[in-house]
Amino acid sequence: MFNRTGVNVMASQTGTQTHISMHAIIWLLLSLSITFTLYAFNLENWVPACFIVFAIWRYLIEKNNWLYPSLWLRLPLTLAGGLAVLLTYGSLFGRDASVGLLAVMISMKLLETRTKRDFIVMVVLSYFLTVNILLFTQAIWVFLAVLLALTGLTACLISVSHQNKKIIPSPQIWKVQAKLAAKLLLQATPIMLVLFVLFPRIPGPIWGIPQDSYSGMTGLSDSMEPGNISQLSLSSKIAFRVEFKSAIPANNQLYWRGPVLWHQEGRRWQMTSDSIPLPIETLETSGVATDYTITLEPHNRNWLLMLDLPEIAASALPAEARIKHDMQVLSKEPIRTRIRYQGHSYLHYKLGAQLSERERTLALQLIEDENPKTRQLAAKWVSEKKSPTAIVEAALKMFREQEFIYTLAPPRLGKEPVDDFLFNTKRGFCEHYASSFVYLMRAAGVPARIVTGYQGGEINPNGNYLIIRQSDAHAWAEIWLQGNGWVRIDPTSAVSPDRIEMGIGAALPDSNLLPLLSRQDYPMLKHLYMNWDAVNNGWNQWVLGYDQAKQLALLKKLINKDIAWEDIGLLLVVTMIALMLFVSYLLLSNKGIALSPTNRIYQQFLKKLAKAGVPKLRHEGAINFGHRAAKALPNQAIEILEISALYSSMQYAKHQASSEKTNKETLSILKQLVKNLKIK
Amino acid sequence: MAKGLNLSSNSSLKPDFRLSSPKTWFRTAIAIDSTTTLSRRHIYILPTRFGWLFGVLLIGLLTGSINYSISLGFAITFLLAGLGLITMLYTWRNLANLKIEAKRATPVFAGEQAIFELNVIDESNRARYSIFAMFADQEPDIQDVPALGESKFRLSLSSQKRGWLKAPRITFSTEFPVSLFHVWAYAETENQCLIYPNPSLRSQILPSADSDGATGQLLTTQGDDDFAGHRNYQFGDSPKRVDWKASSREQGLLVKQFQGEASSTLWLDFNATTGNNIELRISQLTRWVVDADAQHLKYGLRLPQLSIQPSSGDTHYHQCLTALALM
Repeated sequence: MFNRTGVNVMASQTGTQTHISMHAIIWLLLSLSITFTLYAFNLENWVPACFIVFAIWRYLIEKNNWLYPSLWLRLPLTLAGGLAVLLTYGSLFGRDASVGLLAVMISMKLLETRTKRDFIVMVVLSYFLTVNILLFTQAIWVFLAVLLALTGLTACLISVSHQNKKIIPSPQIWKVQAKLAAKLLLQATPIMLVLFVLFPRIPGPIWGIPQDSYSGMTGLSDSMEPGNISQLSLSSKIAFRVEFKSAIPANNQLYWRGPVLWHQEGRRWQMTSDSIPLPIETLETSGVATDYTITLEPHNRNWLLMLDLPEIAASALPAEARIKHDMQVLSKEPIRTRIRYQGHSYLHYKLGAQLSERERTLALQLIEDENPKTRQLAAKWVSEKKSPTAIVEAALKMFREQEFIYTLAPPRLGKEPVDDFLFNTKRGFCEHYASSFVYLMRAAGVPARIVTGYQGGEINPNGNYLIIRQSDAHAWAEIWLQGNGWVRIDPTSAVSPDRIEMGIGAALPDSNLLPLLSRQDYPMLKHLYMNWDAVNNGWNQWVLGYDQAKQLALLKKLINKDIAWEDIGLLLVVTMIALMLFVSYLLLSNKGIALSPTNRIYQQFLKKLAKAGVPKLRHEGAINFGHRAAKALPNQAIEILEISALYSSMQYAKHQASSEKTNKETLSILKQLVKNLKIK
Repeated sequence: MAKGLNLSSNSSLKPDFRLSSPKTWFRTAIAIDSTTTLSRRHIYILPTRFGWLFGVLLIGLLTGSINYSISLGFAITFLLAGLGLITMLYTWRNLANLKIEAKRATPVFAGEQAIFELNVIDESNRARYSIFAMFADQEPDIQDVPALGESKFRLSLSSQKRGWLKAPRITFSTEFPVSLFHVWAYAETENQCLIYPNPSLRSQILPSADSDGATGQLLTTQGDDDFAGHRNYQFGDSPKRVDWKASSREQGLLVKQFQGEASSTLWLDFNATTGNNIELRISQLTRWVVDADAQHLKYGLRLPQLSIQPSSGDTHYHQCLTALALM
């Protein structure tokens, strides 16, 4: 330690190198550690590992006065880093690759960060890297962690900016630096709020977005194979939230309609193609409509989920949304930001009173020569001259009465998947039941199709809204019956009625693979989670979902007048000028830190003596001044000496652990003494 | 411009070159009674190159946020923009309203570094950090100033000519707390340092008893047998007289001192020096004064316009050197 200080003094005297304190390095490494921890969830594991190695290396260089690695070591390392990114991500562009490259290069640059200039460039790059985490996730806790990292980086800037030739900074200086960094960011907050609310929100994108930008989003796919949905059910990610205008319908009524699948090919079920559009099915509704607002999480697909069955004319959907013939609602662009829309649905309805020839063909389509046992069973039912209703009953009865099991971990199915499932394994998740049921129906000549979507949801009592997670993903069937139109049949309910009545958590044993929060065995955890989700919901509505439309609506509410988009700019400029004037007034006009009560009283004492012609000199200590003043004013000598002694002992006592009470008493004595001091 | 036409002694000393060099276009805090304050009017501020880099970062973050519709990206971008604006004010107030008090500078011999001392005082009850003070193109001194306290800055300037060396304009600057902004102010303290002539190093000119004229005599002998003790090395001492052996034992360089005859009185006369170059002759006289003082002689100085009666001691020594410096 001594040795290093000596070297540093030499360095600053010769002016060749500005000394950087250990604090700056620790601030930088700590802040980057937070950033890389966040990235550990989103980037390949070797990227944060690479940072850890270089961070420790850099720390040891500083601590043990090691030599910095030479260019001949750094150059191959840099090339290797770039190559590793290229091999991992297949390119240097795109979201993951470019962020990965930046992260790796920043880690390596640590090894050549030594002067003030290096540090500042490093901090600016680190600011950039830290903010880029928001491309991956915008959760509240990520935001808080980002704020923490930014505070650390600012403290690093403060540390390198604090140059001083004489005083070697005390080891406690980091507290001052941390406090100042936090203070700077706190004082910047009003400016942030004004800009956030008023800065005109231009809807993006300005340029193309890398293909992989939304790869992390989960949701229903446009096709279904056994295993798809059970995979989705492992995720506790929120799919969407729903607020109801009136009472929330019963759980078994909550079918959230997504992609409708018609086309079968082996295990795979797909949507109808859009090339030859079919006419939209007719809809007759009865009963009271349900009105609700959905906040849909981005899933990088076009589906807008709606409660079965929506009346499009009365729903407030995003612009350019359309409805397919089978009542699934699609947006024009894939949904990549959180959106909100209003739905108007009827729980009682009659859909598609007539079935055209083309629709019938599509609804009976099966690949020939597969699943012979299933076809045999269907043929048997047909030969028994059963009505379509009876065939449905027979199928459901089979699911109910035979030993079918509802499970998230079904065994793999063989070459004839439907046969294998129905007659052999008998264990499956909703997609197994829905697809085999539709297969059976079609084989028996009953038009049928699969509907995928979500079923149920969880009521959050704190916000009185419904949370629907990916684990609520579901698949069911619709069959067409003469006179009734398309009728929803949920074969899963035949096997596991709890799934439909009470949700997936009730239907599966707790030891199963379900996400923690969908389970039933942690009520306390669940309660906490519900509070947290209510906060999250507000966050999504007001922070993450704040866009041009919200901005205009908010401003309209605030100034009680319609405001043109162009006028926001003017409003912003005026508000910012006013705010900056106010902030400047606060920061520049005040007279620094307020005096302590002790000092304030002592200043009164000094004023009295100065009036009497004995001003205190700047260099004079309190005791020395007391002696001089006592000599100059012999009549008040005793009082002056006592006040001086008391004051200096109190200044000293600040560093002692004296009790609050004693301090107060001494202060009042000092006050009294100064008050009674009369100089004539 | 009216000031330039004014022929008072003050402005004649200071030619009006305000329009000629861009460096002088800025307002300068000029000291009255060696004290001045860097008031609001004297403070200038510009972003540093890191400030510009930070600006580029903000623009990048903003376009990214717009492009990817990242609401939190907007929030962080604006927070950092706010940080920039707040630190602009912090940097400004870190320098504003500092009081500068110029101290007397100790005279030095020409060729040595003249040290100008300044007291920088905070009267706003606010601690100031990393305040730089420098003469143009010189090494800065960097200090913190405690709240309601003061710090002593030492600025050095190499001296070349004898006479008064006026302290050039001082640049005060700071980039604290985050180095995004550079705040600076100029001050002129009218402080000056007296530069004594450079003592000649040519030992053969040392006058002795047998050199010319009755007045220009140094009456002591330089014999080694009159060794009288050591004193600290002073600039201008001949290396021959350094006692290397003793110096290695003690701290610093020691010079052997030789005892002359205590009663001898010496007149150092300008006319006793030879040569056409006045500066060389002054330099020679300076050498004699330094040597005479080192040997505790009683000596007087006779210059064309002035003569100083023989005496000895520090006051006398400096009086003689001052006379030589200002001749």
